[in-house]
Amino acid sequence: MARTITTTDSKPKPRPDIIGGHTLSMYVNNKPGVLMRICQIFARRAYNIDSLVVSQGRDPRFSRLTLGISGDPAGLTQIILQCDKLIDVIHCHEHTPEDAVVRELALIKIKTENSERRTEILQIVEHFGGKTVDFSESSMIIRIEGASDKVDASVRLLNNYEIIETVRTGKVVMARGEQPT
Amino acid sequence: MASKKQQEIDGAQALVMTLDALGIEYVFGYSGGAALPIFDALETVKSKMKFVLTRHEQGATHMADGYARATGKPAVVLVTSGPGAGNTLTGIMTAQMDSVPMIIVTGQQVTWMLGKDAFQEADIFGITIPVVKHNYLVRETNDLPRIAREAYHIATTGRPGPVLIDVPKNVSQSPFTGELDAEMDLPGYHPEKGFDIEGATIEEAARLINLAKKPLILAGHGAMLSGAERELMELAVKMDAPVTSTLLGKGVFPESHDLSVGMLGMHGTAYANKAVCECDLLLNVGSRFDDRIIGQAPKFAAQARIIHIDIDVAEMSKMIETDVEIVGDAKTALKQLLPLVEKAKHKEWNEHINGYKKKFPLSYKKQGGLRMQQVLDEIHDLTGGSAIITTDVGQHQMWAAQFYTNDASFKWISSGGAGTMGFGFPSAIGAQFACPDETVIAVCGDGGFQMTLCELATAVIHKLPIKILVLNNHYLGMVRQWQELFFDNRESGVDLVGNPDFVKLAEAYGAKGINIKRPADVRKKLQEALDYNDGPVLINAECIKTDNVFPMIPAGAALEDMLIEPPKYKMEKPVGST
Repeated sequence: MARTITTTDSKPKPRPDIIGGHTLSMYVNNKPGVLMRICQIFARRAYNIDSLVVSQGRDPRFSRLTLGISGDPAGLTQIILQCDKLIDVIHCHEHTPEDAVVRELALIKIKTENSERRTEILQIVEHFGGKTVDFSESSMIIRIEGASDKVDASVRLLNNYEIIETVRTGKVVMARGEQPT
Repeated sequence: MASKKQQEIDGAQALVMTLDALGIEYVFGYSGGAALPIFDALETVKSKMKFVLTRHEQGATHMADGYARATGKPAVVLVTSGPGAGNTLTGIMTAQMDSVPMIIVTGQQVTWMLGKDAFQEADIFGITIPVVKHNYLVRETNDLPRIAREAYHIATTGRPGPVLIDVPKNVSQSPFTGELDAEMDLPGYHPEKGFDIEGATIEEAARLINLAKKPLILAGHGAMLSGAERELMELAVKMDAPVTSTLLGKGVFPESHDLSVGMLGMHGTAYANKAVCECDLLLNVGSRFDDRIIGQAPKFAAQARIIHIDIDVAEMSKMIETDVEIVGDAKTALKQLLPLVEKAKHKEWNEHINGYKKKFPLSYKKQGGLRMQQVLDEIHDLTGGSAIITTDVGQHQMWAAQFYTNDASFKWISSGGAGTMGFGFPSAIGAQFACPDETVIAVCGDGGFQMTLCELATAVIHKLPIKILVLNNHYLGMVRQWQELFFDNRESGVDLVGNPDFVKLAEAYGAKGINIKRPADVRKKLQEALDYNDGPVLINAECIKTDNVFPMIPAGAALEDMLIEPPKYKMEKPVGST
C-alpha cells in the first residue's frame, strides 16, 4: 500500500530539552562548499536547522545566511564560536526579535470549491495583509509575509479550511539600528 | 620572476616554486596518476625541497607530523587522488586534534570528471572538512600560488593545523599565466580576533593569583607552541607554584625541576592529580582541558578559581567553566601577567605536595620478568633524558610519559587527542629528518608498530639512525587492562598471536635487530642500540604480558577517584568517554 506523506504544516511538539526559535545570521565567502562546512558543525552537535536562507550579498564575493535552529541550549555558544572559527565565515551573530527585524513569507494553497468559504478565507487574508497570487476554480494561492509568529497565526486560522500545501521561505533577519547583521 | 619565464611554466611548477619559496624543506609522499604533473614538477623545478618516498600515505602524514612537532615548521604531504588521498585521513585527523601545522597536496581527477565516479576520484575536499583547519579544491591554475600561500599562513598562525589542497590534474598541468606572488585573500581569517590579553582581564587574573594560597599551574601544548618556556619558569618561581603538564605539554616546564609534579590526567602522577583536587587556584596555560585530564568536569579542580589562557576563543568554557578567560598567545599573556604577580612563598603547600611525591612515587617491580617501565627507565638514564621520543598509543605510551621525563620542549612527540596507533615509528622518521644530529627513539607497542612498519624501508634507504623500541607483550595491552578491570577479565580482540619475529623482520628490510629478553640484559643491549648509527635499529623487548598502568582514573570518574594501585574490589564499568 502506498504511504502518503503529509506535506501540510503541523507544528512540532515542543521538547523541554531543546531550544527553538534561535536565529543566527552569517556573512560568508560566496564559494562552493561553505554551506557544507557550516552544516557539519550543527549536525555534529545534534542541532537541527529549522530554516535556512542563503543569498548573495551586496558585494557578490560574499553571501548572507540566516538560520533558524534548535538544539541543546548549552551548546549554542560553542556553535557560534565554531562557526565563527571557519575561515570562510566572516562573522556569525545571534539575533533576537528585540534587536533585529525578522521576516518570512509563506505561500499557502487552499481548496476553494465552496464560494462561501472563499469569502471567509479572503477576509482572513485581508486581515493579515496577505495577497491572493493565484486563483483557480478549485483552489487559490495566498501569500502572507511578516514576522514568523504572524505567519504562524495566519496558517493556524487557515487550518480551519482545506489547505493543500504550504511553502515558507524561512526567516531572514536584519539587525536594527547601528548593529551589523 | 621574469614574465617570459612565467609563461613557460605549468600550474604544478608554479605550486612547487611557491612551496619552495615558503621555505618548505621536506615533501613526504607517494606518487600516482592524478599527481603526475606535480611529481614531474619536483624534477623540473630547481628547489631546495627534498622529497621522501614513503611506503604508505598514512606514513607520509605522520612523518610530516613528526617533522612539524620537532621543528614547529610544516612539511608537505604529496599524494595522489582517491585511495592515496583517503589513506591520509588518519594522519590529518591526528594533526588536527593536536594542533600540528601540515600542508597536504592531493592529486585529483580532471575537473570535468568530478562527480562522475571517474577512476580514483574521491571527494577528498568533502571528506576532509571535519578533520582540517581549512581545505581547498583548486579550479583555476592561476590560483595555485595564492592558495599555497594561504594554506601555509593558515596552517602556521593562530592555533596551528593541517590544510589540504586538492589539485585536479588539468589544473596542475595547464599553463600558468598568473602572478607567482599573488596576494592572499582571507577576509574571514583573523586569528587574533577576540584576543583579550591586557587591561582588566590580566589584572583580574593577577588579583586571583595573588590571593591564592595553594596555586597550581597547568602547562599545555599551547605554552610550548608559543615558546613560553622562560615566562612559564619565571612565573612558576615567582608564584612558588607546582607545575603539572599535559601529555603534549611534556617538557615545556622541566620535569626534573623541584616545582614539577609531572603529567596529570588518566595515567598521570598521583601527586599531580591530588594537586588538582586540592589547589585553590589553577592557572591553565595553553591546554584545552581535554577529557583525559579533567575526568568529571564538575569535580575537576572543584576548590579552585580557574584562569584559562588559550589562543582559540572556541576553547573557552567548552569543557570547564572558568573564572578568568584570557584569549591570546600564551607567551604574550604571561609577559603581561608577570609584572602584576607578587612574589610569593607557599612553603606549606609545596611541602604538602612533596609529601605526596614521597608517598606515591612512580615505581615498578624489578622482579617477575621484564617490564616496559624498566626498559624506559634505563633508556632515559642512558640518554640523559635528552632524546627525542615518539610513541604509539597504549600502555607503552603512558609508561613512556611517566618514566621518560623531559626537560625541554619539542622532544616529546605523541598522538594525544586522536590516540593514533601506528603514529610512533613514522613520526620518528619525520623527527629524525628534522633533527639529524639528535637521538630519536620510537617507542612502539607490538600492535601499533605493525600498523606502519612498512616504513622500515623508508628509514633504511635514508640510513636514519632511529632506535625503534618495540615493547612487545603480544597484546593490545591497554584494552586488555580495561577488560581485566572492567569486563571480568574477558579478553576480546586483544591477543596478538601471530606476531612476527621482529628482529628477523628488521633484518629482512636491511635494518639491525636486537632482542632483549632478560631484565639483566636491558642496559647492555640498549647501549648497543644507541651506539649503532649506520641506520635504523629495532630493539624487540619481550615484556611480561599482563602488566597494568597505574595510577589510573577510570574514564568519566573524578580525579579524586584515582586508582593508585590495582583495585582489590570489582570495578564498575566506566560510563565516561572511552
